[in-house]
Amino acid sequence: MSTTRKRVYGYLAEFGSASNLYKAAEKVRDAGFRKWDCHSPYPIHGLDGAMGMKRSILPWFVFFGGTLGLATGFGLAYVTQVEIYPTVVQGKPANLFTVPAFFPIMFELTILFSGFTTLFGLLALMKLPRLNHPLFASRQFHRATDDAFFIAVEARDPKFHPDKTRAFLEDIGGKSIELVEEED
Amino acid sequence: MGATSTEHAPSPVREGPKIPVLKREKLILSGRSYHWITERICGVVENRQPFLWWLLFIPCALIAMIGVGLGLTYLVSTGVGVWGMSNRVFWGWDITNFVFWIGIGHAGTLISAVLFLTRQNWRTSINRAAEAMTIFAVMCAGIFPAFHVGRVWMAWFLAPIPNANAIWQNFKSPLLWDVFAVSTYFTISLIFWYLGMVPDLATIRDRCKPGLRKMLYGIFSLGWRGGNRQWSHYEMAYLLLAALSTPLVLSVHSVVSFDFATSIVPGWHTTIFPPYFVAGAIFGGFAMVLTIMVPARQIYGLHDLITMKHIDNMAKIILLTGTIVGYAYLMELFVAYYSGAKYEMDAFKFRITGPYWWAYLAMMSCNVLSPQIFWLKRNRENLWVVMGVAMAVNIGMWFERFVIIVTTLARMFLPGDWKSYSPSWVEIALFLGTIGMFLALFLLFLRFLPCINIAEVKWALLESDPHHDDHEEHPDPGVQVIPSYQHELHSEVKA
Repeated sequence: MSTTRKRVYGYLAEFGSASNLYKAAEKVRDAGFRKWDCHSPYPIHGLDGAMGMKRSILPWFVFFGGTLGLATGFGLAYVTQVEIYPTVVQGKPANLFTVPAFFPIMFELTILFSGFTTLFGLLALMKLPRLNHPLFASRQFHRATDDAFFIAVEARDPKFHPDKTRAFLEDIGGKSIELVEEED
Repeated sequence: MGATSTEHAPSPVREGPKIPVLKREKLILSGRSYHWITERICGVVENRQPFLWWLLFIPCALIAMIGVGLGLTYLVSTGVGVWGMSNRVFWGWDITNFVFWIGIGHAGTLISAVLFLTRQNWRTSINRAAEAMTIFAVMCAGIFPAFHVGRVWMAWFLAPIPNANAIWQNFKSPLLWDVFAVSTYFTISLIFWYLGMVPDLATIRDRCKPGLRKMLYGIFSLGWRGGNRQWSHYEMAYLLLAALSTPLVLSVHSVVSFDFATSIVPGWHTTIFPPYFVAGAIFGGFAMVLTIMVPARQIYGLHDLITMKHIDNMAKIILLTGTIVGYAYLMELFVAYYSGAKYEMDAFKFRITGPYWWAYLAMMSCNVLSPQIFWLKRNRENLWVVMGVAMAVNIGMWFERFVIIVTTLARMFLPGDWKSYSPSWVEIALFLGTIGMFLALFLLFLRFLPCINIAEVKWALLESDPHHDDHEEHPDPGVQVIPSYQHELHSEVKA
C-alpha cells in the first residue's frame, strides 16, 4: 500500500453570474494576485481587462507563419518553374514575368501556413493538450463547462495564504469555496 | 478597464429629445438558462437516437457503400472508360459533381467566418452544423477529381514533391491552383471546425461517466478548462481563423472558376466567372444548410435555438445571392451578344435552344425564379415553402454546373467535334453514393458531436454580458428603446 500525499493546488470559488465574476475579477486583480484564473462556460467580454491581462500575442506567431507560407509558395513555384525546370506551356514565359501566375498558390500557402501556426501557436499558448489537471479533482469544477463561474487562485501565488485567501474570496462574494488538492 | 466598477456615477441627463435605440433582440427564445442549453444540445448526443435517425442512416449508409464503394471499385478495376465521357465531352458528371459539392461547402465557411467578422451573432446557432456540412461536402467533392485523373494510384503526382520523372507540376495551371486551393480549404475548414468544437467537447466530457466515452471526449477536448487565460488566446485564434477563411472562401471558388475561365472555350472564357461562381456557391450552400437544418431542428426540438429569425435570415441570403446569380446569367448572355463574337453567341444560343434546353430551363427556373417568392414574409415563415425552395435551389445549382460544363463541351469550335453526352450508370451511382455519404456523415455528426455551438450560444444570451445587470439597474434616461422589427417573428409559426 502506498500512501498518497496531497498537495494544495489552490482555492476554487463560485460566483453567481458573469457580472459577479467580472466584478470579483477586478478585485482579485487589484489585490495583486498573479497565479489565478476565471473559469466560465463561454468567453466573457472584457474579462481580459478585468483580470489585467495583456492582449494575446498569437497574431505575431501567425504573421511570421503566414510570411513563411508566402515565401514557401513563391520559392516552390519560382525555383521549380524558372530555375530548375523551366517549362513553356501555352506560350507562357518562364522568367520573372511568370510570377503573377504563381499568386494563387502563394496566397493559398500563406493561408495554409497561417492556419497551422494559429492551431499550434494556440495550443502552445494555452499549454494544451494535457491529459489531466488538478482542477479536475474538484467536486464542482465540472460545472465550469455548463453553467457555473469560478475563480481559481493557485497556492503557488506568492500572496496565497490558506486562511487569508479564503476570507478574501468570501469577502468578494465567492460561494462554495473549495480547497482543491492534487495527488503528489 | 476601470480600477473600480462598484461605484456607478449617475448617467448625465442629456438635453433635447430622446435618442431612439433598437432593443437588442433575443437570439435564444423562451428565456432558456445555460443549463437548459447544455442539456438540450448534449442531449442530442447522449440520448438514444430517435427511430427516424436509423430510418435515415441505414439507407444513406447503404447507398454510400454501394455508390461510392462499389462504383469506385468497378471504375478503378475497369478504367475510366466506364464513364460516359468521350474525347470531346471530357468533363461530364464528375466535374459537375465536384463543382456542385465544393460549392455546397462555401455556406459553412461564410457563416463561420464572414458572419463572425461582421458580428452577425445569429450565426452562433447554425455555424457548427454548417461547418460540418462544409467538411463533408469537400470530402464528397474530392472524390471526383481524384478519380477523374484516370489512374488514381498516380494522383500523388499532383503533390509538389520530387518524383522519378524529374517533372514538376505546372504552377501556371489553374488545375494545380485548384489542388492547392481545395486542399488548403479542407485543412483550414477542419482546423476551424475542430477548434470551435473544443470547449463543447469539454462540456460533453464533463457530463460523461468515467469510461471509454469520457476518455475519448477528454482526449479530443485537449484538457480544456474554460479559464479566461485560455479563452483569451482562443478568441484571438478564432478571430484569426475567421480572417484567414474569409479571403480563402472567396479564393476557392474563384480558382475553381479559373479552370473554365482561363481557357479559350466559348461560354467559359468570361471574366464574370469568379464572382458568379462565388455567389452561386454561397447560394447553393445556404440552400443545403436549410435542407438539413430545418428537419434536424424539428426532430431534435431545437426551436428555441434555431429560431424563425435564423430561417428568415437564411431565406433572405438565398434571395440576395439568387438574384446575384440571376444577374450573372443575364449578363453572360448580354456580353455574348455585345461581344459580337460568333462562337460566343452561338455557344449561348445552343445552351438555350439546343438539345440541352431542359437543363438551362431547370437552372433558370430553380435558381433565379424560385427564390423570388422570398420577397414575401409569409413565404419565409412557412417552413414547407422554405424547404421547397431549398430543394429547388439544390437541384438548380447542380444543373447550373451541368449547363456550364456539358453543353459547352458538346459544341466546341468544329461541328465535326460535336458530341452528345449522357452519363453511364457508374456516374449516376457515384453521384447518388456521394449524396448518401454526405447525409450519412452528417447523421453521424449529429450522433457523436455537439451540433450547435454550446459556448457561443450561451455567449449570445443577453445576461452573458457582464454589464447586463448594470444596464438593467441604471437605464440611460436619454434613450428611448424601441423593439426591433424582427420581434414579430419570435412567435413560432405553424410548421
